[in-house]
Amino acid sequence: MHEAAAPASIARPDGWQILKRNRAAVIALCFLLGLSLIAIVVPGLLPEALKLTSSESFVAPSSAHFLGTDVNGQDMLYRLLSGARVSLGVGLAGAFISLIIGTLYGMISGYAGGRVDSVMMRTVEVIQSVPRILFIMILIAALDDYVKGWIDGWRLAAQARSWTELAKNISEVKAYSKVLVMIVSLGLVEWLTMARIVRGQVLVLREMTFVTASLAMGQSSWGVLRRHLLPNLSTIILTYLTLTIPAVILDESFLSFLGLGIEDPAASWGSLLKDGAQVINPLESKWWLLVFPAVLMAASLLALNFLGDGLRDAFDPKSGE
Amino acid sequence: MLPFLLRRAFSSVIVIFCVISITFVLARITPGGPFDTDKVVSDQVMKAKLARYHLDGSTWAQYTAYVSAIVHLDLGVSTKYRDWRVSELLQQKLPNSFMLGGLAFVIASCSGVLLGSLAAMKKDTWIDRVAMFGALLSISIPSFISGPFLIACFALWLGWLPVGGWGTVSQMILPAICLAAPYIAYVARLMRNSLLDVLKSDFMRTARAKGLTETQAVARHAVKVAILPVITFLGPLAANLLTGSMIVESVFNISGAGMIFVNSIQNRDVFVLCGAVIVYCVLLVLFNLFVDVIYTLLDKRIKLYA
Repeated sequence: MHEAAAPASIARPDGWQILKRNRAAVIALCFLLGLSLIAIVVPGLLPEALKLTSSESFVAPSSAHFLGTDVNGQDMLYRLLSGARVSLGVGLAGAFISLIIGTLYGMISGYAGGRVDSVMMRTVEVIQSVPRILFIMILIAALDDYVKGWIDGWRLAAQARSWTELAKNISEVKAYSKVLVMIVSLGLVEWLTMARIVRGQVLVLREMTFVTASLAMGQSSWGVLRRHLLPNLSTIILTYLTLTIPAVILDESFLSFLGLGIEDPAASWGSLLKDGAQVINPLESKWWLLVFPAVLMAASLLALNFLGDGLRDAFDPKSGE
Repeated sequence: MLPFLLRRAFSSVIVIFCVISITFVLARITPGGPFDTDKVVSDQVMKAKLARYHLDGSTWAQYTAYVSAIVHLDLGVSTKYRDWRVSELLQQKLPNSFMLGGLAFVIASCSGVLLGSLAAMKKDTWIDRVAMFGALLSISIPSFISGPFLIACFALWLGWLPVGGWGTVSQMILPAICLAAPYIAYVARLMRNSLLDVLKSDFMRTARAKGLTETQAVARHAVKVAILPVITFLGPLAANLLTGSMIVESVFNISGAGMIFVNSIQNRDVFVLCGAVIVYCVLLVLFNLFVDVIYTLLDKRIKLYA
């Protein structure tokens, strides 16, 4: 529908300038970088005793536990930050997988044109008619069994050779296997928008004279795609990557909230919120279990959306007013 | 119009068929069968159980058996809830979801269009900024955050509305708002951008020149054109909302179709899963068709190509 954008506005050279003047987007970027840094560094600095389960469950925020403790007596600050690691990590990795699939698919479809294009785009439409969340759930169910099976196989192999240390490590990794499964499943489903956007751009770019020129000079189609089209697509890909990350994070937390995603002892914002929502009752409020993950998650999603909107205003020729 | 409808009906049937095929095959090649969590039985008994539901044999044979049942308008039998037909299950669960979804749809579309128009007319004032910030905020707050907070605030703290359940009007308010909130924001953003484009057009200058106030000009002329992109978005939105949101249903303890989706995947209840997907897909196709027809009624320049 939007394919016929004016070619002249494809490469607005002042995109980064526009972005820098967008104060909300700059603040959002700083917030996200700061949060990622804290999530990576701080859990390693916390005392070991805080990370373990203890008998002190549901302790309200205090000087010993800044954000209180959860049902297993684990410190909420630690849980929250390791949840941030998982949520942001799954968001980033899942969006990256979807970026690779979507970009390749969109470029091939747009560049090939004609019948190939129409078959590939019909396929996207059909996949879009399957409820997305359902697709993800089926993929998770399928992949989870396989991945757990592989990890068990490795563990047994390690045991058979009596590498006990390795076997122990492998069984610890098994708790986090769901993270890998989530990344792959979400990445395999979220690429549809990216493919449509990239295809639309390629349709416009392909008609431009520099493409004709390089084809006339003997450049192969693949070379044109890689050397000339991809650089011109980079900003729009970056923009939609930024908008895909919150979508992946939302889906991940959605599934974890329903109990289909990240499992204990690993945590994500969704699984923390699930734990928090389970204990709301009128008699005794354990607000810290719900409020902290909710605020952090909403703030991160808001920042990602602000940044994505800022990038889109700066780089997407079709969104300008 | 008629050739267009026929052509669309034909392509819709193909889309629905593809989606059913994808779902069925995916569900069947997923490891784990529908009876794996039951008590352990001998291979022979298991085989007989599977045969009863035509789930033995190759995936291809199962698939053809299912498709021929579908063609005869038979959605099959649940493997988990014994003696329940899929159609009966859907009949029981869908009305609640339709009600909730319909309410949320009305809230989302009406307040979204109003807010978006207001923001566009007051562009670059504080009203616009507050509305657009609020929109981004409500997109960033998923329903599993807003749900518990709405409950904590309005049900537990203020005590105005019930915590959960379904049936009375007061029980419907919180879940409908919770489900509609992010979509109000999407609609408002779409409406604002679209109306901003229209406000710059020539016919709006004419309308102002002939002495209409800005509000009159917008209400009589601009909204009719600006609402077109919003309507495109409303089609899939309606299908999404009507088939139920699993989160809102689970937070507010409503027995609806959303949980059928989740449970049928967990239970490998392939016929219920496919039945739910079919309902979703048919609704999606119908609403998209509906959107195209409304388009021609609102904008006489658009012809439906057969």
